[in-house]
Amino acid sequence: MSAWETVIGLEIHAQLATRSKIFSGSATAYGAPPNAQANLVDLGYPGVLPVLNAEAVRMAVKLGLAINARIARSSVFARKNYFYPDLPKGYQISQYELPIVAEGAVDIVLDDGALKRIGITRAHLEEDAGKSLHEGLPGVTGIDLNRAGTPLVEIVSEPHLRSAKEAVAYMKKVHTLVRYLEICDGNMQEGSFRCDANVSVRRAGAQKLGTRAEIKNLNSFRFVERAINYEVSRQIDILESGGQVVQETRLYDPDKGETRPMRSKEEANDYRYFPDPDLLPLVLSDAFIEEVRTTLPELPDQKAARFASGYGLSPYDAGVLTASRELAAYYEEVVRELEGEPKLAANWVMGELAAALNRENLEVGSGRLPAARLAGLLERIADQTISGKIAKEVFEAMWSGGRSADEVIDAQGLRQITDSSAIERVIDEVMGKNPAQLADYRAGKDKLFGFFVGQVMKATGGKANPAQLNELLKKKLGG
Amino acid sequence: MSELHKRTLTELAAGLRARKFSSVEVVRAFLGRIESRQGTLNAFVSVTSEQALAEAAGADRALASGGGGALTGVPIAHKDLFCTRGVRTSCGSRMLDNFVSPYDATVVARLKAAGAISLGKTNMDEFAMGSSNENSYYGPVRNPWNVQLVPGGSSGGSAAAVAARLVPGATGTDTGGSIRQPAALCGITGIKPTYGRVSRFGMVAFASSLDQGGVLTVSAADAALMLREMAGFDPNDSTSVEAPVPDYVAALDAPLAGLKVGLLKEFFDKGLEAGNERRIREALQVFEKLGAQLREVSLPNLPLSVPTYYVVAPAEASSNLARFDGVRYGYRCKEPRDLLDLYQRSRGEGFGAEVKRRIMTGTYVLSAGYYDAYYLRAQKVRQLITDDFRRAFAEVDVLMGPMTPTAAFAIGAKTDDPIAMYLNDIYTIGANLAGVPAMSVPCGFVAGLPVGLQIVGPHFGEARLLNVAHRYQLETDWHTRVPQGYA
Repeated sequence: MSAWETVIGLEIHAQLATRSKIFSGSATAYGAPPNAQANLVDLGYPGVLPVLNAEAVRMAVKLGLAINARIARSSVFARKNYFYPDLPKGYQISQYELPIVAEGAVDIVLDDGALKRIGITRAHLEEDAGKSLHEGLPGVTGIDLNRAGTPLVEIVSEPHLRSAKEAVAYMKKVHTLVRYLEICDGNMQEGSFRCDANVSVRRAGAQKLGTRAEIKNLNSFRFVERAINYEVSRQIDILESGGQVVQETRLYDPDKGETRPMRSKEEANDYRYFPDPDLLPLVLSDAFIEEVRTTLPELPDQKAARFASGYGLSPYDAGVLTASRELAAYYEEVVRELEGEPKLAANWVMGELAAALNRENLEVGSGRLPAARLAGLLERIADQTISGKIAKEVFEAMWSGGRSADEVIDAQGLRQITDSSAIERVIDEVMGKNPAQLADYRAGKDKLFGFFVGQVMKATGGKANPAQLNELLKKKLGG
Repeated sequence: MSELHKRTLTELAAGLRARKFSSVEVVRAFLGRIESRQGTLNAFVSVTSEQALAEAAGADRALASGGGGALTGVPIAHKDLFCTRGVRTSCGSRMLDNFVSPYDATVVARLKAAGAISLGKTNMDEFAMGSSNENSYYGPVRNPWNVQLVPGGSSGGSAAAVAARLVPGATGTDTGGSIRQPAALCGITGIKPTYGRVSRFGMVAFASSLDQGGVLTVSAADAALMLREMAGFDPNDSTSVEAPVPDYVAALDAPLAGLKVGLLKEFFDKGLEAGNERRIREALQVFEKLGAQLREVSLPNLPLSVPTYYVVAPAEASSNLARFDGVRYGYRCKEPRDLLDLYQRSRGEGFGAEVKRRIMTGTYVLSAGYYDAYYLRAQKVRQLITDDFRRAFAEVDVLMGPMTPTAAFAIGAKTDDPIAMYLNDIYTIGANLAGVPAMSVPCGFVAGLPVGLQIVGPHFGEARLLNVAHRYQLETDWHTRVPQGYA
């Protein structure tokens, strides 16, 4: 039992999947040439004004409803004032005192299978900043404002997380949720989903929170886990050697695997928040909120519960299969095609299919192996046309060859022999060819049973139904 | 056709439509006056002669074929903080001396669509911060009634240009009196509409919750015509109001019998000079003659306007002006050493003293630890002032009082005393804080200098205001007086 307790809160930034920016009509697509998607509003030209994107509001409300939060009937956009070249107006439009979403929660599953509720303090709408470019620009800094004005929802958790593992589980849960809701593409490499982690430690049993450090801009689950673990041991080392943790902003260096203070003069940053006079308070009617509620899909927790009870899956399997909407849909399609056998389907989707996708870095929705095809294979296992072992070979052939299970089975003659007389015929042949072994067996050398199984399997190309073979062979050898 | 400049905007529009004269003739006449008077008055920052003449020729073609809008061929000028595509938009600042706007403000686009022709951009206090037009990078504007005096501000260039008949009408903006005060000091008519009535899109922001575009013209009838074309909802401005625009021109003639006029008790204070008060009282008698009923009305929180304004406006300005950082457009210092140096010197060299003073004030009142005491408190007082107006308008149709405590003052007289300068806005600011429409109407002279009567209306009461002013102008000729040498 450690003498220290870790306390973590996450601020997740999810880019909303709107077509245009939060306060301008510019496109939000990723990867355009620098500043190709920055209009006069994004560039902060004199005289321009923001106009709120209704789709971004709808998405934030969707999130709020999905985490059972309070949706503010009136929320206020505020200006966060600071100077930076990637912030064209000299302020970021965000929400401060009155966010659109407050007091929600999500549940995560701990290692022991228990559920833990993680509180979400608030979620607010804001605009993203642009980017500074240094690569290939010796001596100068380039500014790319394509990202400036991209809508973000910042989801702030309570300090309820107690380990890097919990933090990752929570972040994954939120990641799953925003993708279910189709409000964020969840692409972490492109920065569409990232987080800041507030990390502190305190003596086990202490009430008061320790001094925290904020690790900025973590854009992969692995980095979240490593950065937090590093930071926790750094802080414990400081405290155990009698030092004090400094409240500061830190960056994680994935190459070195460590966090270090951000080089900046922001210790005295005063953002001078005040309500943005260019935007009226955002007023939402009950009717609007209820209308948005009707667009909510089945949520991950609901789906997992339905999988567990409806398909007889373990909570763990149900959780894995509902981790993404696409995977869950795939699984359900397999079951539907198969007309039953949900456990067989679960084993194959989580086993062979997941491994193959993983191997080639493909998404389940890639279309490489349509659900109906996989169902076709599983059907042949279920009706004993092939054995599970043969099925793995067929799967590989289907995966690389784009053929149906039956095509592979027929082309390669893999159909299992279940005809007793056919198996008996082969047994007779094998017995005829091996009189010495037969005599030894009958004299009591039981071990030779395996020899006969092997010979029959060899003669049938492994296609004899193993259970039938066992039974028939026993009878025949016994004379 | 040397007398074209004597015609009002309304007369010019009608004459052009009747093809009594051509737009090219009208535009030439006014451009000629600008050329000969600019050296004295300094009312313009940019004059766009070529463009104006080309547009005038186009207007004449449109008129010849029976086309055109309400203002086709009529020359106007824009205060130099309305963005005009392809034309420098300086805001009276070194910061934007090199800034050519890539787009038209909504106001500019609407007036263009109505057929008006811009002759150029008028001088102003830097970023609209000032009451005397002495805070311009391009030098002070002079009052045509006496060139030793200020024209008022911040729309001083527009006011001086209309008073000197260099242009029949001009746009202005009014954040704390910037249309009405110079209109009063220059002897012309000026209206600040209801907040949200005219789009702010393309109007370089000073204090977003107070800024409102309006017009400066010779008469209320001219203002009605010009405002009708400018006003209305704009999807690009979230604070513009989605309400139909009445035909202000059609509403001008309604009789005033039974009009309930409230006299703003708090404005008849000891700061009001006796001569100015006499002119106001005389104007009120005219309204009584027209059948209006006068009574005194008290707005007890109104004296708090100036301190409230000088918290709210600088706070918003400090944020609005942060975008002028030398990175994307506008002034950039020479050879910046690093980012901080780029910011500090670009802004330090690009902004004038008054702008810096307000940015610092605004930054201070928004700072952690001071926000509640200043900004939040000011917002509460603002609400009280708004409530005062609401209560008053439950009892009366319009409020009247003086526009300024004194007539125009000498250039340089108040430049060393910002507080004295700020107090000049004492009668103007209340309407901005409450968002109600207000206008200034010429009502006589003191020692040869014009005096303005202020008329304030309830939210969206522009039609009534213009009607009240117009009926007064049918009885008086103060608004037709032209400074000596400019007839």
